Amino acid sequence: MKNPNELHQNPNELHQNPNELHKNPNELHKNPNELHKNPNELHQLLSERFGEEHFEFHQDEKAEPWIVVSAGILKDVAKYLRDEPGLEFDTLMCLSGVHYHKEEQLGVTYHLDSTSMKHKLILKVLMPQEDARLPSVEQIWKAADWHEREAYDMFGIRFEGHPDHRRILCPDDWEGYPLRKDYQVQPYYQGMKVEY
Amino acid sequence: MKNPEITLEPPVDAGDGLVAQQMVVNMGPQHPSTHGVLRVELTLDGEVVVKAVPHIGYLHRCFEKHCEQMNDYTKVVPYVDRMDYVAAMNNELGFAIAMERLMGIEVNDRVEYIRVIMAELQRIASHLLAVGTFGLDIGAFTPFLYCFIEREKILDIFEKASGARLLYNYIWIGGLMNDVPDDFRSDTADFVKSFRPKITELNDLLTENKIFVERTANVGVLPAKVALNYAASGPMLRGSGVKWDLRRDDPYSIYDRFEFDIPVGTGEKGTLGDCWDRYIVRVREMEESLRIIEQALDGMPDEGDVQEAIPKKIRPPAGEIYCRTETPRGELGFYIISDKSTSPYRVKARAPSFVNLALLPAISIGSMVADMVAIIGSIDIVLGEVDR
Repeated sequence: MKNPNELHQNPNELHQNPNELHKNPNELHKNPNELHKNPNELHQLLSERFGEEHFEFHQDEKAEPWIVVSAGILKDVAKYLRDEPGLEFDTLMCLSGVHYHKEEQLGVTYHLDSTSMKHKLILKVLMPQEDARLPSVEQIWKAADWHEREAYDMFGIRFEGHPDHRRILCPDDWEGYPLRKDYQVQPYYQGMKVEY
Repeated sequence: MKNPEITLEPPVDAGDGLVAQQMVVNMGPQHPSTHGVLRVELTLDGEVVVKAVPHIGYLHRCFEKHCEQMNDYTKVVPYVDRMDYVAAMNNELGFAIAMERLMGIEVNDRVEYIRVIMAELQRIASHLLAVGTFGLDIGAFTPFLYCFIEREKILDIFEKASGARLLYNYIWIGGLMNDVPDDFRSDTADFVKSFRPKITELNDLLTENKIFVERTANVGVLPAKVALNYAASGPMLRGSGVKWDLRRDDPYSIYDRFEFDIPVGTGEKGTLGDCWDRYIVRVREMEESLRIIEQALDGMPDEGDVQEAIPKKIRPPAGEIYCRTETPRGELGFYIISDKSTSPYRVKARAPSFVNLALLPAISIGSMVADMVAIIGSIDIVLGEVDR
């Protein structure tokens, strides 16, 4: 049994692992807006680094532009975006699963934000509906942990490499993925009628 | 039901023929300090927490599926009320702004000013609840009652305007449900005047209370870099010393017209980012909200139809948007995909409590079991928003 005092030592030590790469908070607001990059420039940078064939830039007047990334290199792209000086996407604002019913595809949208450089980026990954798998970015942004579990719970998207890949909002033995467009509620759960 | 496996370390000999072993304790889901139905599975080594696993979903209503099947965007507004039910105005504002950006609607100044006043009053009401129950959790009963007296006054103002005390359905897409009553301006001004001295009173009662400080300083320390990596927001992030507030850093509505400070934690009573820092950020934010309300009352135009921009039929163009606003708990984001029909194709609510609660395991390991109550209280979660 460990001595309680040992456990208490330095709270900062407990957190070393995932986050060493972040800046000191006082540096956060040093950079004025001049350095921030628009999605077009970011697409250029990514294409140069990883090869053009992995990215598809999508832009129209109706929505903010986004970049479709192939699932295979997602983790490398995420690490690059977080760690590269000048990009520094330190926060994953939101991660959402989407079911594109007509296309028979599932998608995941990543909304990234850089608190120091003040720029944002939207990444999308598309997968076939029958075999929806992609690498987890939980090791890059811890914020993805619960968001990915939610996307798995609601859409049945598997995040490979996630350390705690369980349902989060529905019970563990719930059947089906509620936010898919073709979802049918199970008639009974543990002997209880579900429809009301 | 399949239970996740629990593995404990093997028992150890503690001398004198005694054997010591880790123990698993369930905190909640029915526990007065979990502020709703949250279950935390704690693995304890004596009194020290070695592992904490939050289990959520007890209030899950699948808000997002409801939105898709509602067949009318206006019907979504009452649903967002029910996410963060102690700060309903801020949720409505977030959703309304997201929809207005998607549809390109501009609202007039009277609407903007009323919205800001409502949102800031709601922020004060929500922080009063957070601060009051935080004290209550760790044994200070009296400040809780003082906070609720003040919160009642705000709810009265809301009731006069919207008819409801908790779930208002007041801020609509493109405007407001109705104009504020004639005495709204004087009521709000009276409240601002009477509330300032009460903050001093609260500080005397709770903030500087030795027992309270002992229970909260150096407890649940959250370093800034960890907070950012977990995408924490609101007082949770600012308590760790990061000056980040969407009202200033990603302005929406008319917040760029007001002057206000962004209070951050400084580690005054202990370590930077401890429970006391998160607490004091909330108290100081109430003062800043009062400043905003005063300026907004001065600038609010007397004329203007609050319903002039409300569309007859809400049918946004095909497209998508992610729009975020600052609620009392942090960054509330709405990711809306429209397929040109009368209901959204997909709505994702990025609830601040959901994201902030994910930090609980990271900041509670190594703390005493009694401190868990303080740590959960300092995160200020609303389970309606966590589970949606």
